[in-house]
Amino acid sequence: MPNSSELTKFIFGRLTWDALPLHEPILLVTFAAVAIGGLTVLGLITRYKLWGYLWREWFTSVDHKKIGIMYVILALVMLLRGFADALMMRGQQAMSFGASHGYLPPHHYDQVFTAHGVIMIFFVAMPLVTGLMNFVVPMQIGARDVSFPFLNNFSFWMTVGGAVTVMMSLFVGEFARTGWLAYPPLSGLAFSPDVGVDYYIWSLQIAGVGTLLSGVNLIATIVKMRAPGMTLMKMPVFTWTALCTNVLIVASFPVLTAVLALLSLDRYMGTNFFTNDLGGDPMMYVNLIWIWGHPEVYILILPAFGVFSEVVSTFSGKPLFGYTSMVYATVAITVASYLVWLHHFFTMGSGADVNAFFGITTMIISIPTGAKIFNWLFTMYRGRVRFELPMLWTIGFMVTFVIGGMTGVLLAVPPADFVLHNSLFLIAHFHNVIIGGVVFGMFAGITYWFPKAFGFKLDPFWGKMSFWCWLVGFYLAFMPLYVLGLMGVTRRLSHFDDPSLRIWFVIAALGAVIILMGIVSFIVQIAVSIMRREELRDLTGDPWDGRTLEWSTASPPPDYNFAFTPVIHDQDAWSDMKARGYQRPVAGFIPIHMPRNTGAGAILAGISVAVGVGLIWHMWWLAAGGLVAIIAVAIGHSFNQDRDFHIPVEDVIRAEGARTEVLRSVA
Amino acid sequence: MTTASQLRAVGERGGPAFYLTEEHHPENSTLLGFWIYLMSDCLIFAVLFATYGVLGRNYAGGPSGGELFELPVVAVNTAMLLFSSITYGMAMIAVQNRRAKETLVWLAVTGLFGCGFLGLELNEFAHLIAEGAGPQRSAFLSSFFTLVGTHGLHVTFGVIWLVTLMVQVSRRGLTETNRRRLMCLSLFWHFLDVVWIGVFSFVYLLGAMA
Repeated sequence: MPNSSELTKFIFGRLTWDALPLHEPILLVTFAAVAIGGLTVLGLITRYKLWGYLWREWFTSVDHKKIGIMYVILALVMLLRGFADALMMRGQQAMSFGASHGYLPPHHYDQVFTAHGVIMIFFVAMPLVTGLMNFVVPMQIGARDVSFPFLNNFSFWMTVGGAVTVMMSLFVGEFARTGWLAYPPLSGLAFSPDVGVDYYIWSLQIAGVGTLLSGVNLIATIVKMRAPGMTLMKMPVFTWTALCTNVLIVASFPVLTAVLALLSLDRYMGTNFFTNDLGGDPMMYVNLIWIWGHPEVYILILPAFGVFSEVVSTFSGKPLFGYTSMVYATVAITVASYLVWLHHFFTMGSGADVNAFFGITTMIISIPTGAKIFNWLFTMYRGRVRFELPMLWTIGFMVTFVIGGMTGVLLAVPPADFVLHNSLFLIAHFHNVIIGGVVFGMFAGITYWFPKAFGFKLDPFWGKMSFWCWLVGFYLAFMPLYVLGLMGVTRRLSHFDDPSLRIWFVIAALGAVIILMGIVSFIVQIAVSIMRREELRDLTGDPWDGRTLEWSTASPPPDYNFAFTPVIHDQDAWSDMKARGYQRPVAGFIPIHMPRNTGAGAILAGISVAVGVGLIWHMWWLAAGGLVAIIAVAIGHSFNQDRDFHIPVEDVIRAEGARTEVLRSVA
Repeated sequence: MTTASQLRAVGERGGPAFYLTEEHHPENSTLLGFWIYLMSDCLIFAVLFATYGVLGRNYAGGPSGGELFELPVVAVNTAMLLFSSITYGMAMIAVQNRRAKETLVWLAVTGLFGCGFLGLELNEFAHLIAEGAGPQRSAFLSSFFTLVGTHGLHVTFGVIWLVTLMVQVSRRGLTETNRRRLMCLSLFWHFLDVVWIGVFSFVYLLGAMA
C-alpha cells in the first residue's frame, strides 16, 4: 500500500497548489475577470436553454459555413487575449526606465511576450485564415461542403483544444519564457525545467493536428469538388490562394510537428538532439523550425492576398487585372517560400556564400509580391471604385504593406541584418506586414463576407472608426520601433537604462491604445449591426454586386449552398451568369445528399486536451489512458455507418420557394 | 461526373446551361486526401532522416553504428517487412476478386509479419539499452532510436488498423467503404515499406560500414 504522498504524486504528477498563481495579483484579477465573464456566458446559455441548440446546430455541425464562423469567433476571442498581452508589454516598456522597473517582473514579462507571439500566430491569424477559407472556398467552387466534413469538424475542435491548453497555462502553472519559437538550449530541460515549455509544445501539437488535417481537406476539396466547367484557370483568386496556402500547410506543418517532437524527446526522454553536450546541436532546431516558420508567413498572407483580389475586383466593378499573372505570382511565392528560411538567422555564421544565396532568394520573393500590388492598382485604374469598408481595409493594406515589404528587403541584405538582427527594427518589420497584411486582410474579408454569413451588412460608421483607429494606431505603435531598432535597441527587454529612448516607447504605447480603440470599435460595430440588422438587411444575397459563385445563393446560404450544382463557363462565374441573363431555377428540385452531424470530433479533441494535461503535469495515467481512449473512440467512430442523409425534396422546395418570394418582393 | 446529356438537358431550354438538373456526384476524394496525408507523413520522416544525417556521426565518445548493428538480424527484419508487403498485395488481389475469406487470411499473414518485425525491433532496442547504448547516450543514438522508433510506431498503428479492418470485413464483407479503407491501408503499408528501405540502406548499411 503506497503512502498518501506517493499516491498524490501518482495522481497529480508535479501539479501542486503552488501551481496556482495565488501570489500574483495581476493574474488573480485576470482570473477573476475571466471567471466572472465565463460564468456569465455559461449562465446565460443555461438560462436560455441554449446548450442543446449549440451542441446540435453548431458544435457537432459538419457544415463548412458554421465551422468557418466558429473558427473566426475563436480567433476573435483569442485576439482579445493576445492583445491584452501586447498592451501589457507596451505598458511595461513605457514605464520601466532607470530606477523604475515597471509592474511586470522579468519571469512574468517573458511569459507575456512568448504567449503574445504564440497566440497571435497560432490562435488568431491561423483560425482567421482557416475560418475564411472554410466558409468561402466550397461556395466559390460551387460545392455543397468540403471533401471530408467530419474531419473538418475534428480539425476545428483540435484548434480549440490547443487554444484551451494555452489559456490553461495562464492560471495553472506558467507558460514558456523562451520567445514564440522556443529555441533550445533555453527551452531544453536544463534551462526550462518547469511546465511552461511543455504547455507550449502540447498546445501547438494539438492545434497542429487540426491545422494539418484541415489543409489536407481543403486541398482535396479544391482539387476534386469544383463544379463542372471550373477549370483551374477559372477558379476565383481567393480559391487559388487557399489552394496554395493549404499546399504550404501540408508541406510545412509536419516539419513543426517533427521538430517539436524532437524537443519533447529531449525534455521527456533525456535524448540529445538540441542539448549542448553529448553531440546535440541546437542550431539544428533553429534550421528546422524556420523551414516550417517561413512558409507559415506565406500561409497567413496568401489568403489575405486572395481577399484583396476579390475585394478590389468587386468594388472596382472590373475583372481582376492580370488574373493569370496573379495566379503565377501566387504559385511562385508558394515555391520560393521554401528557399528563404535561413534569412531568419544570418548571424548563425553559415558563411558568406550561404548567406548570399538566402539573401538573394529573399529579395527575389518580393518580385511576385510586387507584381500583385501592381495588379491591384491596375484593377482600380479606370474602375468605378466604391469606397465601402472592405475597400478601405484594402487601400490601407496597399500603403502599409509596401512599407513593410521594403523594410523586409532591407533586412534581406545580410550585412544590414547583422546590425538589425533581433532588434526592434525586425519587430516593426514583421508587425508591419502581419498587421498591415494579414490583419487588414482578415478584417477586409470579415466585412466583405459578413452579409453572406448572416444576411445583413456590418455598420459602416463603426467599421470606419475601427479602420482608422487600426491604421493610425498601427503607425504610431510601430514606426517608433523602426527608429529604436536603428538605434540598436534589441527585442524582448523588460527594462532600459537610457532615458532618451523613453519617448519612443511612450508613443508606441499610445499607438497600442489607439489600436485598442480599433478593436473596441469592431466589437461595437458587431453589436450595433446586430441591433440595426433590419436596416442593414440584404435580401438579394448579392449586396456588393459580387462576381463569384458565393453571391449567387441566399444570405445566409441554405445548408446545401446550391439547390442545383452550378455549371461554370468563365472566370467570375456569377458576373458571367448575371451578364448572360441567368434565370434562377424555381422548379424540378431533387432531394439533396448531405453529411450527418457528429460529436466525435469534439470528444476526440477533449480527450486530446486531457492527454496534453497529463503530459504537461506528468500524470502518466492520464496521458496513457487518454491515448488509449483516443484510439478506442476513433475505432468506434469508424464503425459508425450512419454518416449521411438526404434533405427531403419538400424541404428544398420550401426553402427555395421562400427565396423566390423574397427575391420577388425585392424586385 | 457530369454527362453531356445532363448539360444538354438544361441548355436546350435556351441559352447556356448554368446548372445541372440532376444530382452531381463529385469524384470520391478519399484516396487523394490519403495520398496528401502520406506525403505529409513522409515529411516527418524527411526531418528525422535529415536529423540523423546531421547528428548521426556525433558519437560523443559512445559506440558507433559499426559496433552496434547486427546486420543479419536487421536483414531478417527487412525480409519480414518486404514479405508483408507482398502478402498485403495478395490480400488486395483477393479484394479485387471479391473473396472476403481469402482477403482475411492474407491480412492475417500480413499482420503476423508486422508483429514479427515489431518483436525483432523491440528486441534489438532492448539489447542496445541493456548494453548502455540507449537514446540518451549520444546524439547519434538519439536520432537512431527516434527514426527507427517512429517507423516502428507507424507499423504498430498499421497493425491496429489492420485488425480493425479485419473485424469490419468479417462483419460486413467487402463493401465499398471497406474496399476503400483497405486501399488506404495498402498505401500506408507500402509507404512504410519504402521508408524502411531508406532506413535499412541509410542507417544500417551505411552505419555498419562507418
